[in-house]
Amino acid sequence: MPARAGKLGATLIDAIIPAVASGLLDLLALEPPGWGGNLLRGLVSSVEIAVGAYVMGLLIGIGGAYGKLYGGPVVRDLLGLYTTIVRAVPELVLILMLYFAGTDLVNRVLIAFGHQAVDINGLIAGIGVLGIVQGAYSTEVLRGAILAIPQGQVEAARAYGMSPGLLLRRITLPAMLPFAIPGLANLWLIATKDTALLAIVGFNELTQTTRLAAGATKAYFTFFLAAGALYLALTLFSNVIIGRVERWARRGMPSLTETR
Amino acid sequence: MAETPAVAAVRKGGGWLQPHRIVLISIALAIVLASIFYLRWDWLPAYLPLAVQGIWRTIWLLAVTSVLGIALAIPLGLAQAAGPWALAAPARAFCTIIRGTPLLLQLWLLYYGLGSLFPQIPWIRDSFLWPYLRQAWPYGVLSLTLSFAGYEGEVMRGAFAGVPKGQLEAARAFGMRRWTAFRRIWLPQALHRALPTLAGETVLQLKATPLVATITMVDIYAVASRVRQDTFITYEPLLLLAAVYMAVTGIIVLAFRRLEARFPARVG
Amino acid sequence: MKTFLKTAVAAAVIALGGAFSANAEQVKVGFSPEAYPPFYSQDASGNWTGWEVEIVQAICGAAKLDCVLTPIPWDGLIPALKTNKIDAIMNSMSITAEREKEIDFSGKYYNTPTAVIGPKDQKYDATPEGLKGKILGVQVSTVHAAYAKKHFTGSAAEIKEYQTQDEANQDLVAGRIDGTQADSIALDAFLKSEQGQACCDLKGYVAPDLEVLGPGVGAGVRKGDTELAGKINAAIKEIRADGKYAEITKKYFDFDIYGEDTQSN
Repeated sequence: MPARAGKLGATLIDAIIPAVASGLLDLLALEPPGWGGNLLRGLVSSVEIAVGAYVMGLLIGIGGAYGKLYGGPVVRDLLGLYTTIVRAVPELVLILMLYFAGTDLVNRVLIAFGHQAVDINGLIAGIGVLGIVQGAYSTEVLRGAILAIPQGQVEAARAYGMSPGLLLRRITLPAMLPFAIPGLANLWLIATKDTALLAIVGFNELTQTTRLAAGATKAYFTFFLAAGALYLALTLFSNVIIGRVERWARRGMPSLTETR
Repeated sequence: MAETPAVAAVRKGGGWLQPHRIVLISIALAIVLASIFYLRWDWLPAYLPLAVQGIWRTIWLLAVTSVLGIALAIPLGLAQAAGPWALAAPARAFCTIIRGTPLLLQLWLLYYGLGSLFPQIPWIRDSFLWPYLRQAWPYGVLSLTLSFAGYEGEVMRGAFAGVPKGQLEAARAFGMRRWTAFRRIWLPQALHRALPTLAGETVLQLKATPLVATITMVDIYAVASRVRQDTFITYEPLLLLAAVYMAVTGIIVLAFRRLEARFPARVG
Repeated sequence: MKTFLKTAVAAAVIALGGAFSANAEQVKVGFSPEAYPPFYSQDASGNWTGWEVEIVQAICGAAKLDCVLTPIPWDGLIPALKTNKIDAIMNSMSITAEREKEIDFSGKYYNTPTAVIGPKDQKYDATPEGLKGKILGVQVSTVHAAYAKKHFTGSAAEIKEYQTQDEANQDLVAGRIDGTQADSIALDAFLKSEQGQACCDLKGYVAPDLEVLGPGVGAGVRKGDTELAGKINAAIKEIRADGKYAEITKKYFDFDIYGEDTQSN
């Protein structure tokens, strides 16, 4: 057995060393014979979709959290249905459903109202689909954060005669932020990784460009590793930013010992 | 946990079945009935055996990878919470890498990436592992297990760190050996702390299983895709698929609730 | 300031218009963004090249259509056509009775035999007896998948379905499958590649079955869209007659891949 393990090591090294020496750098070069430029373009569109979906999710989440907390019974139940369905059905299935059915539906509605059918491009469809998924999770995160605000703060503001709009802007939003940030940060990381699922519907983001590059060059291992490194770099970079935002949001609050 | 206004309203309103809910439920029933009568379901009998097999594969995959993943997550969490640097650092790096990259990419790296190296290792085809390496499911199981271990390793780290120090000190004071204290005190309490999170994470794991269809495994998602491709019916198989996943999610949530109820509310 | 605002608004309107409204003359041609050499493949600068890309351009040129290549995954092409996301499919899609229930086709623009390839160290024929106990890979939702299921179920140990032919080829190289059935030219291109030369050879052509394999590859259009189908048919005739078809084909193949001339459309 040790002999075999040694043999495996030797063959692996034999297989990898020449690749590293000659092919690897050429394959990943930024200029056209290399595929590095393509991967970076894929990364950019992944980030674009992630940002778009995240912002859209946040907007849905703010509305959803308010609806769940202060809306009428029908609104509450409908929102409950939305968050339950989205959190129970795989993203892959939702993406297929919304990608095929969603654009079809939009066009049918437009035609029914006498407008021309529109061509919803991949970027917008991708953002829309992931945004709806993100919205369900955002709703829950923000709802929890608003509930975590000490009730006295809100009551004090009301006692001062603040209007609901001012209350939201001056008290609720800033006070809930520290509670919401860990959850929202997590959602951002999920958004960046969920963009990979759009490869299944043929969208040209990082995972799809990687798959194409790997297929064309047959260097599957190299390209999947390279894409992994890019995703990881994005996550680590995000973590640094999140850390700063978290410190900023918690300014003036008692330091939190890590409990998780 | 603060009671949500919705729950409070139901308590005050007395009963779950309020007037507006009756209306909503009848609308939902109408939609379900309409989709049964107006959509095409004639393909269902022909694909039913395959669908049952697919559901079984999905559940099998979920169960096996969750159990194996937790088994891996316990040492990963322990190493990060209490291990020496030489153990904590690799465990931490593993969790960061798994959590920092998409599962789809990890799966393809394992399946197609490793597969592309096989021709350069000729003797591998004579090895006893070859019958397994040829099939798709070992890669699906491995990559879903590693992914679950990566996420749960982080949860377990928090759970181990969250067990009050006094408990462990008391155990030592009773003369318990380290292993006994771990087995009797530390691990059960950490698992108990992790349990509410685990329910959610298991649902997330269920939602990750359809990715294995991209490496030729035939789970329920792959069956639905096949119906779509064979019959060109788009929406019906997807609707049924969503219903199946929601049912399985419901079962998972209920199962964890019963599991949680079996433990006393406060151990520590 | 006012003019600036005006230009900004105008620019926004144009940008939105560009993003949202389809030009009436445009024909969106759907293809799957998955490498299928030598018909479709992407080069390192992100451009699509291959025989079919050039033929699509030639057909659109001859028919005076403003064609836009629109990437849609393979198994989503027909739903996308039916829901107006695209107007035509030109993606090596064979004309079959099963598909003609959903969409219409133009006449064929190529037709080639169907082959099975496998590892060099295994000797077998592309027949049900030859494939006994073998694991066969096919691309999902293709005529080849339909053919394999009809003729090889029962004799083959397993029929594995892949999202792309490229991935099936890759698993053949890895040794996970004992053979793959596909279009003979696509397989020929693979056999000529470095990887293909090292591992595999042709096992044979499968027995004909017109009902499953169909009369060839045509452009898919929406049911009842006879106008577009007619334009494409006329364009195919035109490029066959004026030598454009032969000129493009010569770059990729050493024979005419149109197959026998048929009058039926």
